[in-house]
Formats: sequence, structure tokens, C-alpha cells
Amino acid sequence: MQIILTINNKLVTWDVEKDEMLADTLRSHGLLSVKKACETSCCGLCTVWVEDKSVLSCNILSVRVHGKKVTTIEGVPKEAEEFARVLTAEGSEQCGFCSPGFIMNVLAMKHELVNPSEEEIIHYLTGNLCRCTGYMGQLRAVKTFLGGALV
Amino acid sequence: MKKGGMKSVGQSIRKVDGMAIATGKPVYTQDIAMSHALVVKILRSPYAFAKIISIDVSRAEKLEGVECILTYRDVPKGRFTLAGQSYPEPSPYDRLILDEIVRYVGDEVAIIAAVDEKTALQAMKRIKVAYEVLEPVLDFEQAIGHATIVHPEEDLHVNFDIGLQKAQNIASSWKEEVGDVEEEFKRCSVVVEDVYYPQAQAHAMMETYRAFTYLDHTGRLVVVTSTQIPFHVRRQLARALQLPASKVRVLKPRIGGGFGGKQTGCVEAFAGIITLKTGKPALIIYDRQETFSCTTSRHAMRLKARVGADHEGIIRAIDLEVLSDTGAYGEHAATVLSCVGHYTLPLYNKTRAVRFTGNAVYTNKMPAGAFRGYGATQGTFALESAVNKLAEKLGMDPTEIRLKNISKEGETFLTGQGVLLGSSSLDRCIEKGKEMIGWKDKFPCREIGNNKVRAVGMAITMQGSGIANIGTASAEIRLNDDGNFTLLTGATDMGTGCDTILSQMAAEILEIPMETIVLIAGDTDTSPYDPGSYASSTTYVAGGAVVKAAKELKDKILEQGSKFLGVSLQDVEMDGLVVRTVSGDEEMSLAKIAELTILGTGNLQLVGYATQGCEVSPPPYVAGFAEVEVDQETGKVELIDYVAVVDCGTVINPNLARIQAEGGIVQGIGMALYEQVNYNDLGKMATNSFMQYKIPCRKDVGKVRIAFEESYEPTGPFGAKSIGEVVANTPSPAIAHAVYNAVGVRVNHLPITPEKVFLGMQKL
Repeated sequence: MQIILTINNKLVTWDVEKDEMLADTLRSHGLLSVKKACETSCCGLCTVWVEDKSVLSCNILSVRVHGKKVTTIEGVPKEAEEFARVLTAEGSEQCGFCSPGFIMNVLAMKHELVNPSEEEIIHYLTGNLCRCTGYMGQLRAVKTFLGGALV
Repeated sequence: MKKGGMKSVGQSIRKVDGMAIATGKPVYTQDIAMSHALVVKILRSPYAFAKIISIDVSRAEKLEGVECILTYRDVPKGRFTLAGQSYPEPSPYDRLILDEIVRYVGDEVAIIAAVDEKTALQAMKRIKVAYEVLEPVLDFEQAIGHATIVHPEEDLHVNFDIGLQKAQNIASSWKEEVGDVEEEFKRCSVVVEDVYYPQAQAHAMMETYRAFTYLDHTGRLVVVTSTQIPFHVRRQLARALQLPASKVRVLKPRIGGGFGGKQTGCVEAFAGIITLKTGKPALIIYDRQETFSCTTSRHAMRLKARVGADHEGIIRAIDLEVLSDTGAYGEHAATVLSCVGHYTLPLYNKTRAVRFTGNAVYTNKMPAGAFRGYGATQGTFALESAVNKLAEKLGMDPTEIRLKNISKEGETFLTGQGVLLGSSSLDRCIEKGKEMIGWKDKFPCREIGNNKVRAVGMAITMQGSGIANIGTASAEIRLNDDGNFTLLTGATDMGTGCDTILSQMAAEILEIPMETIVLIAGDTDTSPYDPGSYASSTTYVAGGAVVKAAKELKDKILEQGSKFLGVSLQDVEMDGLVVRTVSGDEEMSLAKIAELTILGTGNLQLVGYATQGCEVSPPPYVAGFAEVEVDQETGKVELIDYVAVVDCGTVINPNLARIQAEGGIVQGIGMALYEQVNYNDLGKMATNSFMQYKIPCRKDVGKVRIAFEESYEPTGPFGAKSIGEVVANTPSPAIAHAVYNAVGVRVNHLPITPEKVFLGMQKL
């Protein structure tokens, strides 16, 4: 079936299967930043924005974004790079596989929360798993980023 | 190579691939696979142990879009191992690509290739298999002498004696004794003994296993795979597919984590054989369930530990008796087993007798394999828990008993064949850790009200750096026609950052900016040989090769530069991208030297090439300290603070080393408190998703703090040792110790769950 959506600020018309998940649709259209790693909607790697809110794209049917605005990290290159510079300065991307989803959620948090406490940051990002870094470096990077420090 | 004044080494330089991978650029295996590649899926055994009586694929083959279905009748008959080890591998050749006998729930029965995933999965449902179901061996403590023999086949092969006794289900056995242990225990004033059960742990790397294969323009099999071991995969495939190794090329793109899991060639042969049979590109991606239940895990073990000391607390005798569960296949069975003793017995060096005996047994469960820590993790849990118990019995502070007994620089070990310990700052690590955690005020525990107790615990550990007399790496660096450099290595960056730190080392030696180096790695066609990223080798061994190669090139550049400048070799030095006379009067840029040597009539491209073998495997050390809060009403353990002080020799890149350490500690915390691979009564894995298998999330880990106490390893590049594995070992014994200090319960079966703590408290 056909859906019309705004993907990274461009209006597109895509053919999708009725049981197709958004993560697969996005990858099939070359948005390869979107990673999948769990099949149980609990790792956070596939995080993208629908109507500017973080969603797990592996867990939403593509037909449900008909008429909506979808954003992947490819759609926010400037902001993503800005945080990625902080993240990589800390070394806390390590394997990088979870980073795009993580970055999308960090950016969503930045838009949503005003001066979040450490506890609020951890709570907001809990759904983004990472097996490499042990999370400490990511937290340092987020705090630096929110604090506006230049890298 | 003294520290101080270094421009690249010792600097927290951002990873060369960091920005690309962080922002989602298409650089991983699946991203670069051809979109029309056949999709490969595996039909798996529903039984823990069974013989295939009949298998009918005819209905599946009729389905439109199905390209190829293979069963055990269609694959080569030569057995091989998937262990990522140098040839001759000390692992039994007990595998076929597909076998008539299936040995665990999830073992491969048929390979299906179709135009898309849906078709492949539909075809899978149409394959009819009849099994003769056999009695499985599920409890590893019952494996020896069990009526069932997991590997009865005649053609099982070992390259040399690893103590395999297949009729007994023993894949490997090990015995090492120095001195008379029993006599020495008799002389000890205090002896403690206990049995420890570190569990199977899943690697749970974020990128699941995957490989993409195709035939190139000369008909060779090209394998793009998320692996830690490109060269070993090439050799495995050559053997498994019965091809000359020269007909196989293995390429490693960016990898989404490995932790030892990708030191076993789990998926490459399945895609490879499809490409060979069909001539078409093929892509295999394991889903999370397959990754949990059809690859490898850490070896579950039972360890009996006995430690004896004199009345002054000098440890005189250590005895470890180990039973290791290698599951259905023996990848890494012998080596993980031997490392249990290898990386624990030399921790304490006033011993007069030590013994280590063990068996690794076959069972009908998912195979165990390499996992960060590689036996040292399990051995450290047992030995360090026993030493904590010993300290208590002696009335000594646990940190004091360590400081009194640990190995010192310049010493040799009972089991060390005369090799001197070249570097250690473990004493400083312990002192620093004590201070950071606040040991003086917090040990052993304090009530904080609300029925909660806070307590601290500690442990120390060691690992190796590379494998002595086996580990080797080569590196090549050349000056290009434009004055830039190409560094070729076989080292396998799996996110750990070795592409960056190896470039840092080359830049330091050549006194050039890192940006002038292009690093090419992980391609068996172009890379010099390297066994891969495992055994804590890369910084130490591959780094050593890069340093040697860079020095060779530097000498050549200086020689050419002095000739062109018309002065003697002693009168020139390298500085930035020029060769300059010592007086500073004249200089020539590297670009000009390159032009004059490579182009036109120069006839000489300058190249440095080196192979580094290591005769020793210098140990890195960690002192780990945990502070926990235990709820006495529920047994819930909350980790408040974890301090790890690391001796990895010289720190090449402080930020990357810190992340390695933090990540390893958190993986260790997962093992200590949350993670466990569980099976049901029929041998089916119950923990095959992140819903059941709990890796730590960011709320589960408290605060982790790392400090470095640098030593200088004389055999290491710039004085460096390894860091990747040693960091995984202390959390289990340190947290178990803290929990004991809090509520008096010793949890010897990992993980330390609230139930175990609560039930333990009821028995006090």
C-alpha cells in the first residue's frame, strides 16, 4: 500500500507492505543510520522521531506514519554532528552501532527538558542500551553538550 | 622511547572513524551488502540431542523465490573448528557445516537461501524433518561418565593432545602443579576452601552476527563479515568449504561490538556455501534470538578453590580444581580452561606450591567460546573470593593481604618458566583504589537506616598482553608519492579504537601529524598477517609491529633525506613533515623526498615492514573496589560506586582506555548482578532476548570511576600493555565480597540476585 509522509523535511510517497515496520522501510530507502538490534522493542537503537518525538521505529507499522513527519539522524546533520563531536571527543561512541539512535534521543531530550538533572538525564535515556561503554562516558558527553561547552 | 614531550601517544585523540559511525554513516556489514543478495536463513534443531532420520526439502524448493536449500548431505565432510586461534588450533575439529547429528537446541539442520526474508522463512516451514530424539547431557556436572556421548563420531580430530576423551565427554583436560600442594597445605596455619559457580554470560554485542558473501571478478569467494578474526575466518572457510585459502578473501568493515563472541566464526560458512553453490551474493544476519541461543557464551564453570597461608598471612599454597562447560562444540575449550590458572596463580608470589587441574566437558547446550576475560574472569571470581575469605579468617584487612603477597617487578613465578615480571604498579593501584572508595571509613560496613546496610568489597586481577610465543603481528608503512603515509595492519578494530591508537604510535615515531596517515586494515588480501583482535593483543603486539615498521621507515627517510641534502646521516632529523639538518640550515619536505624517490628516476618507494612476535605476555592489572547498599528486608543489592584502578603500562590514548575500562567494568557488573544464560528442562534456552536476559541499562550501574596508575612495560610499545580484557574480571568477586560484608551472605553462584541474598540471610 501507499503512504505519504514527510521524511527529513521532504514529502515522499512510498509503497509499503501492510505488515512492514518503519525501521525496515527506512533502511530500504537508504536511511542506513537506522539500526535494529533486539526484535523486542527494548534496545533503543532504531530510535527516530515521529512528529519530533522519539519512537522505536522497529515497533511501529509503516502505515501508521502516513501523513506524518519522520526524522532520522540524516535529517538533522548539523545538530547530530554537534553532539557527535562531543561524544567522540569523550571516546564514548566506541563501536558506534548504538550511537545514531542514542543521539536522536539525546537531541529529543534537549528539545524537551530544560536544565535536566543527572537523574532526569539517566531516566530519559534508559531505553538506549549500550554494551561497549558502560554509559559513564555517554553521560559525561551529554552533560558537556547540555552545558554548551565547546569542543 | 621515553614518555614526555610526545605529541600523539598519550593524547586523547578522537577515533579516526568516530564521527562516521556515531552519525550513522553506512559502514557496517549490512550497510554495504548488495541489496539484491540472497537472504540466508537457518532451520534449527528443536531438540537438544537427536539424529536426523529423514529430511524432505522438496515442498520448500518448489516455492517461488527459493534459490537453494542445503542439508547435511550437501556439505563437505571434513571436520573443522570455528575457534579463532592460530593454526594448529588447540580446539577439537568437531564441527561440520551441517551434521546428521544435532547437538543442542538451535544446532543447524538446513540452510535456506531465497530472494527475500519472507520467502526464506516460508520455505523453512515447508521442510519436513524426522528426528530420532536422544537423551541429552544438560547438567555439566553430570557430563563425565554420562551414558550419552555428545561426540561419538569417528572422524573427530585434534591437532595435538589437549586431553580430549570423547567417551567421557571430556573435550580437554589440564593439569599443572609446582611443588607439593598437599604438603604445603599441612604446613599452613589457615586454609580456606569453597566452591564457586560463575555462570554462562552472553556477549550481547549490539550488532548481531552477520556476513555477506559474493564471488569477485576472478571467481574468488569474498566474505565481508563482522568478525574479530579475518585471517582465521579465511583459514576456517578454506577448510570447511574445501577451497584453497587463496580462493577466499575476508574483509572486516566497521563492527558493532564483539567482546570475544566474534572470535568464533559463527556465520560465515553458511553464507559462503550458498554463494559457492549458487554463484550469487548472499547475506546472513542472525536475529537477536539466534545471537543469544545459536552462537557462543562465556563458559559456565565450577571451581573448587583452596588457599592456605601461614599465621602472618603469607599465602603459601593455592589449589584450583575446575570443571568447565564447553557445550556442544569445543571451540576455545582447552585454552579458556588453561587460562583459568594461567591468569590467576601468578597474582600471588610467595606461594611455595600451586596446582591447577581441570576438565572442559561437552554438554548438549549452546557452545561456549571466547569472552572478554577468557577464563581469567571465572578464575578471578573463585581465587579472589577465597582470598577475601582467607583474610577474614586471618583477621587481616583484605587490602593488606594483597599488598603482602602480590607479585613485584623483577620477580619470577612458580608457573612462569623463569619469565621476569617486567612491570607492575598493582601495589599503587590498590592504595589508590582504597583512597578513592574511602576504604578506611567504609570497610567493612555501616548501617544507614531504613534496614539498609552499605558495605565495600575488593578484588584484584591480572590478564596477559598477547599470547607468549604464539601471538604475532605484522605491519607495513609506506611513504606515498604525495608525502603522505599508508599504514597497513591486520589488526581488527571492533570499536575499541585500534585503528586510531596504531596511527598514533606511527605518527609518534615518524614525528608526523596523524592526519597524514591513511590506515588500511582488516582485509586478508592487502593486510599483513595478524591473528585478529583477541587475547588482549592489539596494543601490545600489533602496536609493537607498527613501532618497528615506523622506525624502519624513519631510518630510510632520514637516509634519503641526508643524501639529498648532501650531509651525513648523523646530521639530519625529522621534524613535522620535513627532514632537516641538525643545525637547522637546510631542510627538505617529505613530499619532495617522496617525489624524488618514487617518481621519475628515483626508483625507490620507501617502506617500513616489521613482524612482531612476543616471547612474553606481560600482565596488566586492576584493583577493583565495590560499594553496595543491601536492603536487609528484600535482599536487593544496589551498586553505589565502583572504583577500578588500572595498570595497563603506558596509556596510549587516555579517553579510549577509560571507555574500555568503564565498559569492561560494567560488563563485569552485569555478570555479577544481573546476567545469566538459562535453559529449561529440555535444554531450550530460556533467555534468548533482552526481555529475559538482562544486560545492565544506565540505571543499573551506579557510578563507575576509573583511575590509571601507569607502569612502564619494557617490552611494550611506548611501555604499553593491554587493557581490553583485564577490566572485566574484578566486579564479580568485589561485589560478592561487598555483599558478604553487608549482610554476611556469601553468594558463590553468580549472578548475585536478591533472591539468593534474601534466602542466604534466612539461613544465617
